[in-house]
Amino acid sequence: MSKLDVSRRGLLRTGAVAGAGLALPTIFTAQSAHAFTNEPTGGTVTLGFNVPQTGPYADEGADELRAYELAVEHLNGGGDGGMMNTFSSKALQGNGILGKKVQYVTGDTQTKSDAARASAKSMIEKDGAIMITGGSSSGVAVAVQALCQEAGVIFMAGLTHSNDTTGKDKRANGFRHFFNSYMSGAALAPVLAGAYGTDRKAYHLTADYNWGYTTEEAVKSSTEAMGWDTVAAVKTPLTQTDFSSYIAPVLQSGADTLVLNHYGGNMVNSLTNAVQFGLRDKQVNGKDFQIVVPLYSRLMAKGAGANVKGIFGSTNWHWTLQDEGSKAFVRSFGTKYGFPPSQAAHTTYVQTLLYADAVERAGSFAPCAVAEALEDYEFDGLGNGKTLYRGADHQCFKDVLVVKGKENPTSEFDLLEIVEVTPVDQVTYAPDHPQFSGGALGTCNNGA
Amino acid sequence: MFNLNKKDLSLLIIVAVLTLFAPFILNPFPAGSAMAQFNAGYPDLMQRFVIFGIFAIGFNILFGLTGYLSFGHAAFLGVGSYAAVWMFKLLSMNVIPAILLAVIVSGLFSLLIGFVSLRRSGIYFSILTLAFAQMMFALAYSVLTPITGGETGLQLALNDPRILGVSQTAEGNIPVPGLFGLEMRDSADLVIGGWVFTFNVGYYFCALVLLASFYLSIRIFRSPFGMMLRAVKSNQQRMNYTGLNTRPYTLAAFVISGMYAGLAGGLMASMDPLAGAERMQWTASGEVVLMTILGGAGTLIGPVLGAGFIKYFENIFSKINDNVLHSWFSFLPDGLEDAVVFIIHPFIGKGWHLTLGILFMLVVIFLPGGLVEGGQRIRGWLKNRKTKDNGSASHETNPAE
Repeated sequence: MSKLDVSRRGLLRTGAVAGAGLALPTIFTAQSAHAFTNEPTGGTVTLGFNVPQTGPYADEGADELRAYELAVEHLNGGGDGGMMNTFSSKALQGNGILGKKVQYVTGDTQTKSDAARASAKSMIEKDGAIMITGGSSSGVAVAVQALCQEAGVIFMAGLTHSNDTTGKDKRANGFRHFFNSYMSGAALAPVLAGAYGTDRKAYHLTADYNWGYTTEEAVKSSTEAMGWDTVAAVKTPLTQTDFSSYIAPVLQSGADTLVLNHYGGNMVNSLTNAVQFGLRDKQVNGKDFQIVVPLYSRLMAKGAGANVKGIFGSTNWHWTLQDEGSKAFVRSFGTKYGFPPSQAAHTTYVQTLLYADAVERAGSFAPCAVAEALEDYEFDGLGNGKTLYRGADHQCFKDVLVVKGKENPTSEFDLLEIVEVTPVDQVTYAPDHPQFSGGALGTCNNGA
Repeated sequence: MFNLNKKDLSLLIIVAVLTLFAPFILNPFPAGSAMAQFNAGYPDLMQRFVIFGIFAIGFNILFGLTGYLSFGHAAFLGVGSYAAVWMFKLLSMNVIPAILLAVIVSGLFSLLIGFVSLRRSGIYFSILTLAFAQMMFALAYSVLTPITGGETGLQLALNDPRILGVSQTAEGNIPVPGLFGLEMRDSADLVIGGWVFTFNVGYYFCALVLLASFYLSIRIFRSPFGMMLRAVKSNQQRMNYTGLNTRPYTLAAFVISGMYAGLAGGLMASMDPLAGAERMQWTASGEVVLMTILGGAGTLIGPVLGAGFIKYFENIFSKINDNVLHSWFSFLPDGLEDAVVFIIHPFIGKGWHLTLGILFMLVVIFLPGGLVEGGQRIRGWLKNRKTKDNGSASHETNPAE
């Protein structure tokens, strides 16, 4: 029989060791202790603004960031409130989101999917961001959207125009306010038919990547439905800076219209080359030669200078719109920064407000609750008229602007004029439209 | 132990301790404090440290030993990622087959590219590898879109025909990569006072792979094969004149380092199941050259340090914005605060390239042997001081590895 010798010191020692042993597992908290990823517990909530700060779209990224800062200011009750006053939903009180003060972190996407995902991941894992937004390219938007789906946070897309973002690559946790290639084609075609007739022969130059393909397809099918012919569609490398060798064959092809499915620097260069070649002074098939740019942005128009005069394109929003929402936004943006906002700034500002509003209405930051509040939500007063956030693919449906390069610009910001506001019905499509087929939303993910 | 001499063994142990305790080492500041901005101990960045460490170790086997400067190594990393993601899509979400296929495919690619490129040496070799890599980038970005996903990258989808395993989980989401049921994304937090330390499954998996690759690289460095590669670096012509064919050796080194890159690519895809073409761009290839030179080319641990250094700047400095600066310097009077922020502004946020560039220049000018040389100088200085204190004069310095 062993002798159990209990000394006071021995008992204390054993007790202390046992206590520490019992306490040890409790300081390890698995991340599933929260109801959803990054549930805000203190008096603040953190949003992640992931925009290109370096690389080809740095200008747009800078403008997006300005808009985000403005949105945060307005959400926290600062400034003049901007579009919060014209927004049809009155859930936002100017006291943060659900009473929590809004903070933000920023990151650089570099317009590379890898870098964008790394930056978004650090926002989620390190800074505890509850929502990620931003980006100025569809590749980045799709990549970050998939990441947010996996991690269980909401993604509010920035400037992304490819059909795939809410088509083939759509995700339940991702939402897009910006319009898309299909809408550009559907809005442009009738205006082009009205201005240039229905028996044109079009020649496409397309940037050789995903966005280029969907835009080419959208414009092609919409214009062909109007009676146009597509003579040829040539892919150009994304890194191309001199397009002369692509412009020369256009005239020999017998085409009388050139469609430039290019964006950013590509478009600036290809349009400049085309104009320098004198395409617009030519007569083909008894008609004046014309050039069309499906997606316009003010920054591109600035880059191409006088070459954009009279050239048709489409855009999501323009600061000269005269509705109350746009006026309020332009006023507060202009007061803060001294110049009017771009369409990238507009869509990111609106996305932030829409997210905050959805959280207020849902009464929770849980991604699934927010997604449910956003789905099939109709709102007004945010600059594009009556808008629907469709639940089937998380795409916003609203009026699309057809614009034209202004003949006599009065300032460096006044480069485009609105030709027509295409009503939403004309650009609406079925969720299973062939140009958007092949993807599934899946189910929303609350994360850990 | 492990057939290593004492010095190499202690190096391996140091690396092992550093990687295993990285969650503590990289999170020196309490979570709520202003300095928390500089914490790097979150899973994604820790994974990146070790993955790029592996990439740089492999690159160093080629560049550090043979002196052949490949400017297209990112291509193998990209190929590895694509192979791994395809394995996830078609076979199973287990990371083992994905990584194996990544290593094999990148090995095949490097065999092919190495066979052609190694016919030339010096700058011509660099240009050839650069051309191949850019070609592969261009193919992945556009022509091969059905295989690579083009600009948007190759991703998992809800309807992938996965042979072993389900296409989607019960909740209707895409399954995540794992190791026999252990999910790579899983983390546990350890909270001690104000500090939060995160232990991530994926990170420790990568760390073990890093240790294995580091060990393999030590063995290669110390082997007769490694000696042959060093001989190629010092004078390839003389070796050829003695009647020795160096091509098989250089090709073997090229393939090994290509497979290391593929391993890194496969790991990258296992941590985050997406493969984008940007991974193969020439800037990515240049980055690994920078990592190796910054850390110390030809040294064992240098490339790992260099990789960590560059990734730290990319991920931490790029996230500091003016707001953060204002909160740091809010104790200064208003005018002075704005002035200080104005001066620092160009070096943070989007200016992280600038900061990194300046540091790179300083390292190359003052420490041509990279960070490793810096470490050696500090050690030598400490030793000198100590010996002076003791009054004895032993001026033995450690030779570079």
